[in-house]
Parts: sequence; C-alpha cells; structure tokens
Amino acid sequence: MNNSELIAVLASILLQASPLMIAVMGETISERAGMINLSLDGTMLLSAMAGFIAAYETGNVWLGFLAAMIVGAFFALIIAFGTINLKQSQVAIGFVLTILGDDLSAFLGQNYTRLPGPTLGRYSVPILRDIPILGDLLFNQNVVFYIAVLLTIFVWWFLNKTQPGLQLRSVGERPEAAFARGVNVNLIRYAYSIAGGALVGFAGAAYSLAIKIGWSEGHTRGIGWIALAIVIFGGWAPIRGAFGAILFGATKTLATVLQSKFPEVSVVAFNAIPWILMIFVLLLVSNEWVEDMILKLPKRFHRPLRKFLRVSPPLALGEEFEKK
Amino acid sequence: MRVEIKEIKKYFGDVRANDGINFQLESGNIYGILGENGAGKSTLMKILSGYQSQDSGDILLDDKAILFDSPAAGLFAGIGMLYQDPLDFPPFNILENYLLGKSKNINLNFSSAAKQVSALADQYGFEVDIKAEINTLSLGERQQLELVRLLAEGAQLLILDEPTTGISAEQKEQLFTSMRRMAYDEKKIIVLVSHKLDEIQELCDHAFVLRKGKLVGQSEVPCPNERLVEMMFGSLPTRRERHPSVHDEVMLEIKDLKVATYRIQIDGISFTVNKGEVLGLAGLEGSGQGLLLRACAGLEEIDGGEIIVDGEIINDQEYHQRRENDVAFMGSGRLEEGLITGMTLTEHMVLAAEEHDFVINWKQAEVETKSKINTYQVIGQSSSTADQLSGGNQQRFMFSMLRTPLKLILLENPTRGLDVRSTNWIWEQLYERRSDGTAIVFLSADLDEVVDRSDRIAVFSGGKMSRIVNANETNVDELGHLIGGQE
Ligand SMILES: Nc1ncnc2c1ncn2[C@@H]1O[C@H](COP(=O)(O)OP(=O)(O)OP(=O)(O)O)[C@@H](O)[C@H]1O
Ligand SMILES: [Mg+2]
Repeated sequence: MNNSELIAVLASILLQASPLMIAVMGETISERAGMINLSLDGTMLLSAMAGFIAAYETGNVWLGFLAAMIVGAFFALIIAFGTINLKQSQVAIGFVLTILGDDLSAFLGQNYTRLPGPTLGRYSVPILRDIPILGDLLFNQNVVFYIAVLLTIFVWWFLNKTQPGLQLRSVGERPEAAFARGVNVNLIRYAYSIAGGALVGFAGAAYSLAIKIGWSEGHTRGIGWIALAIVIFGGWAPIRGAFGAILFGATKTLATVLQSKFPEVSVVAFNAIPWILMIFVLLLVSNEWVEDMILKLPKRFHRPLRKFLRVSPPLALGEEFEKK
Repeated sequence: MRVEIKEIKKYFGDVRANDGINFQLESGNIYGILGENGAGKSTLMKILSGYQSQDSGDILLDDKAILFDSPAAGLFAGIGMLYQDPLDFPPFNILENYLLGKSKNINLNFSSAAKQVSALADQYGFEVDIKAEINTLSLGERQQLELVRLLAEGAQLLILDEPTTGISAEQKEQLFTSMRRMAYDEKKIIVLVSHKLDEIQELCDHAFVLRKGKLVGQSEVPCPNERLVEMMFGSLPTRRERHPSVHDEVMLEIKDLKVATYRIQIDGISFTVNKGEVLGLAGLEGSGQGLLLRACAGLEEIDGGEIIVDGEIINDQEYHQRRENDVAFMGSGRLEEGLITGMTLTEHMVLAAEEHDFVINWKQAEVETKSKINTYQVIGQSSSTADQLSGGNQQRFMFSMLRTPLKLILLENPTRGLDVRSTNWIWEQLYERRSDGTAIVFLSADLDEVVDRSDRIAVFSGGKMSRIVNANETNVDELGHLIGGQE
C-alpha cells in the first residue's frame, strides 16, 4: 500500500464514522439529561427512508435532512411524553419504537428502493486542502464529515463550558438537586430528548443521502445499536464517543482488509473484532487496577487521567422526576 | 428580616406531617428546632425553603405573604437551606457545582467563580481545593460548600437540617463559629434542626419543639435539658441502668489482621471480644475502624491474619456464608446497603428470612411482617416501601430484620439520625441479645454513644488501633485525645 492509498483508506474510515458520530452526539446529550432513547436503530431506519424520499420528491437534499430530523425528533418526543407524562419505562417504549421504526421504514419505503436521488457531496476547503497529507485526510471530505466534527466540538463545548450545558448534565445526575437550583427538570429533558432525536434522524439521512446513497429495506439496520454501544463505550462524553466511532470504523476496515487476506476464515469472525475490542477496552477501563496505576503516577496527573479513564453513567439515567 | 409562619399544614395521606404550626423568626438570632423522629421538622423546613409547598397556611416575609415554587425562588428571596443530605452533584467539580443555576449567561465564568468561592471560604475559615470533584469530599466539606453557595447568593435566613451528623468534632466547631458570626455580626437568621440537645443548648438562643406535626413548646436556651426533653416526648423517658453481661468465653478473636485498600490500610490488629460483650470503635471517619468491621462481615478482602468467630476461622467465608453462620452486619447507608428502595416491608422480610420456600406464602409473610412492625414500633404499613419511611423508622425496621440468635452483630453508626428515645430503645434491644452470648462490635461518629454504650473501646487513628480501654475508665475528652493520635 503506498501513501496515497493509505490516506484514502484513512479518509474513508473518517467518512464512514461520521454519521455514527452524529448519532452518538444525539444520544449522548439525551442520556446526559437522563433520557435513554433506545429506539436509535428504528429511528435511523425510518429517518434514512424519510430523508431519502423527501429529498427525492423535492430534489433538495437539505429538505431531506430536515424531514429526517423531524422524524427523529418525533420519535424522541413520543419517548419523552410516554416517560415524563405517562410514567412508562424508557426502555420499553424505546424498544417498541425500534421495531415500529424498522417495520414502518420497510413498508413506507417499498416504492422507493434502489432509486437514484439527490446526494450531499464533497467539499474541498480552500487553502487548507493544500496542506500535505492532512489536506486530503481532513479538508477534502464529504460535508457530513465536517458537520460531524463541528458537532462533536460544539457538544463538548456546550456540555462543559456553558450554563445550559451544566443544567443539562445536572438533570441527568441529580434531578431533585437540579430542581432545588431552579432548573426546570422535565422541560430540559423534553428539549434535549428532542434535540438528540433530531440529530439521530440527521445521522440516518446522512446514510441515505451521503454515505450509503439511496434506500433499500433495512438500509442502516444495526447501526443504531452500534451507536448506543459507542455512547457507553465513550463514557457519555462527546470526544471519547467520537473516538469510539472512529475506532469502530477503523476496526471495521481492518476486518475487511484481513478478510481479503485470509479468505478461508469466516466473515463473522472478522466482524466480531470491533466488538471484542470494545469489550476489552471497557473491561480495562472499569477495572480496579486502573485506579492503582493512576495513584502510582505523579499527583498532578491523577485528576485528568481519572477524568479520561474512569467511566460512569449519569446517576439518574432512566429515572423519572416528580416534584413533591 | 422577619419571618412569620402561620398555620402551616402539610398532610401526606393520613400522616399529618405539619398540623397548623405558628412561630416567628427575627434577625440576629439562632433558633433550634427539636422533635422526635417523624415530628415534622424537615417537612416544615422544606416548606419554608420552597422545596415543598404547604397544603395551607402562610409564610410572611417582612409582613408580605410569599409562596415559592422552588428552592431557587426561596433563595432569591433570601432563604437558603442546607439539606441533611446536601443537594449537590457528586460527579461535578466544585466550580461547576457552584455555578449551576447561578447566572443566565451562557458562558461559565470559572475564574471569577474560583475567586468568589475562595474568598468566601477564607472569610468563614473553610478549606477548599477548588479543583476537587464533589464525590471526593467528605460530608463536612460538602456542607461547607453548600453554605458558601447559599451565602454567595445572599441568603439572609439559613436553615441547617441536622448538619452535625457525620462530620468531625473539629468541623462542627468551625461550623458553629461561622454560624455565630452570621447571626451576631451579620444579623442573619439561623435555624438549626438537631436531635442533639447539647448542640442546641450550646449554640441557640431560642428553641421550638415539634411533636406530631404541632408546635408543643418553646423556650429560651440554654435551659435545663429536662425541660426540652419533656416537651419533645411528653414524659421524661427513663434510661435504664446498663449492667454489663460479659461472659467468660471468647466470641470473636482477631489475630494480626491486615487489610489494605488504596485509601487506608490496617495492619497487625489483634484483640478478642467475649460473648455478651460490647466493643465500641472510635475514630475519625475513615481511620480504619470501618475497614475492620467490613472485614469481619466479609465485605472487604483481608490480606493477612485470622478472624475467628466462636472458635471457627471464618477467613474464607463469603459475606453470605457468614450471614448463614449468624454474623450480622448493618451498614451506615440505610437506603444504599440495607434496604431496597421501592420494595415493600413484607418483601424485605421475605428476603431476609432464614429459609426460603420456592413459592412464597405471602399471607403468612404479611402476618409476620405486621407483628415485627408492631414489636419494633415501626411507623408504616407492611405494604409501604422502604423509602417512604422516615429516617428513624428505616433504622428500626432494619433492626427488626436481624435474626435471633446471632453470634456477632457488626454495626456502623447504629443510631445515626435517631432521637433520644429511639436510640435508647434500639440499645435496649441490642442488650437483650447479650444473654444469648451475642457479641456486639460497633463504630460510631458520636463519642458519647461510644463511651455510654460499650464495655470496652478500641480507638483508631490513621489506620492504627492505639489500644483498648475500659469504657468506665475513660471519658469523651480522653478519647478525643486518643483519636487525635496522642497517647
Ligand atoms: N414525601 C413523603 N411522603 C410520605 N410521607 C412523608 C413524606 N415526607 C415526610 N413524610 C412523613 O411525614 C412525617 C414527618 O416527616 P419529617 O421528615 O418532617 O420528620 P422529621 O421531624 O424530620 O424526622 P427525622 O428526625 O426522622 O428526620 C413522617 O411521618 C414521614 O414519614
Ligand atoms: Mg428530618
């Protein structure tokens, strides 16, 4: 493999990971507010389908994305209403919506399979694209990639550096304390569920309009579950989540390469690599000796390392809140 | 500032938590609120601070009626409350915790927050490490931070709900000093809820006593303790004389025990406890006494030495095996370790039962639960869930689940948050078990309790067990010195 080939492979890994990053950001903000949206797989299928049809009918990709975001937001709204107002289980509703989204997408999209439609293309950033290596890797990419990267940075900044972001996290950690500070817990949960759902919808359409162009039954099946797993793997943090998505894409590519090298081994074995790697990393990070190891290092590294390595879900994830 | 509470009522179903309470608070005073467990103290304070709303009645602030829809609104009007369990955010760092909900600006200004927190902390003599995360702080430090936050928001009336359970004597002194300063120099109103009469006597100017949701009395303090106790309980509960009942045989023997965790380690600990004996463990929180208890219970792995109960080495037994073999443990965190939120009392009873049938006989279980509830005077129904009980009643219920007979009972802060009467009652129950030869080992942050209730006392400091002293040959002062590591 020569240099330009390698760069092409790396660039494609980044591109493949982009919609996953967007979906991970959506689910991350939702879960940080305490709301599990388990319906990701169904939401992405339905929004991929809706996005494609809307773009196909109007001839405008952005209207396609808009339609997909509305679908994603709507599913999230159902979960928020069902759990906050009707006090049902987040997991149960999410699970039902997963199946519903899958079936609906197959049914509603059946007349639109394998049609050519409008697509979102590549954009070269002037000047920056001329940087050697990095230019080709980062600045001569599909628009979806830029959106994913900017979104990741934005979500990180928003969660860690802004007052609304702090409020978002507070309702996911300790809603009764957040309430005591004057935060409108359920309003915030509604807002970020819906925003997160819209991002998941966007990610679905990113497949049908940019990455894996077109629509067919089960177009993105499985991706939603992967995104959910990466949110956990990323420790509910945006930057780590983005890396998780890229790592996942990389091991997937590795699997493809290995498979062409060793055709006698079953495909299934290679497909399992990313998962095995993820479980391995999770075990590593949640193990006690990480703490022992951190303590052996100089003191000023303790906090940043702990922050980076230690993972714990939002304390009130999936819990309902009611004012007394 | 002048606060007037008028005919406040709050019912939870049939429970009259507050049943028409009236009183007034004036600037520059420290008030104490007393009352037995479940008297309605916390409820009233939560209403005053805006955490809960009353069913009826008014709160007048400088003669204007006010109604808060959240504690944030209360704080805006100058009323701040320090909850028994501080309402902060364990995964956040101190500055994030301080800034939450503070301003409407999008950007978080960490550097100015750091300055404000440091300045206020200095002013009141608190020590804070600005970059620390809340979950690495002790309860005392978390309380101080909450106070800093309330003061920064301009609270003129500060309510503290049992702020001294679980903090060290030193932290308590500091807290009291700053409270006096707020009241007498800065003319704020301080309201202290506490079960400890000594604290109320030491700190407050005036005490209100609640019983069953009603204000049953008030008094200038200091005043004779008997007077307050009589108002709290109606009649003076007599404390029965305690007769030691130590048998000759050894029940628990610890030989050269070593346990290490990344926080603290204990090493070379050896002692024996006889049948019927009560051994108290004293020391600042986290000095190794808790580790010892947990090692005996099988909750902490040991790195050397032997634990022998009734002649049998139990090193290799798991927690559950030890339980089967009549070694019982009760942790500090009632809702974290002992009880299961959302499960009913009957369900708890079934889980705790000695023998399990595959199919549960619910009728019988309910009858048994009801009888236990009766004997242990738990205020609640067999169908109540554990979290619906008030703190004191949770504790009683946990005791009711202990089996009889037992060889060894291990207790962490057995009467934390209990009123005087409940405390006496719990200890009487424990003493009764001594005739079966049950040995009791307990730790308590309350030195008086350790001195009053033990036969012998082991003092821990920094992972070392200094020595064992006879309870009737020592006093709180001497223990205090030992705890500080001074021989
Ligand atoms: N949210 C609630 N739901 C049902 N009952 C409640 C609730 N809060 C309080 N109660 C009941 O109201 C009564 C008064 O409770 P409160 O917490 O005010 O007592 P307290 O005086 O603070 O007692 P303690 O000394 O044990 O803290 C208790 O019987 C309690 O069980
Ligand atoms: Mg209380």
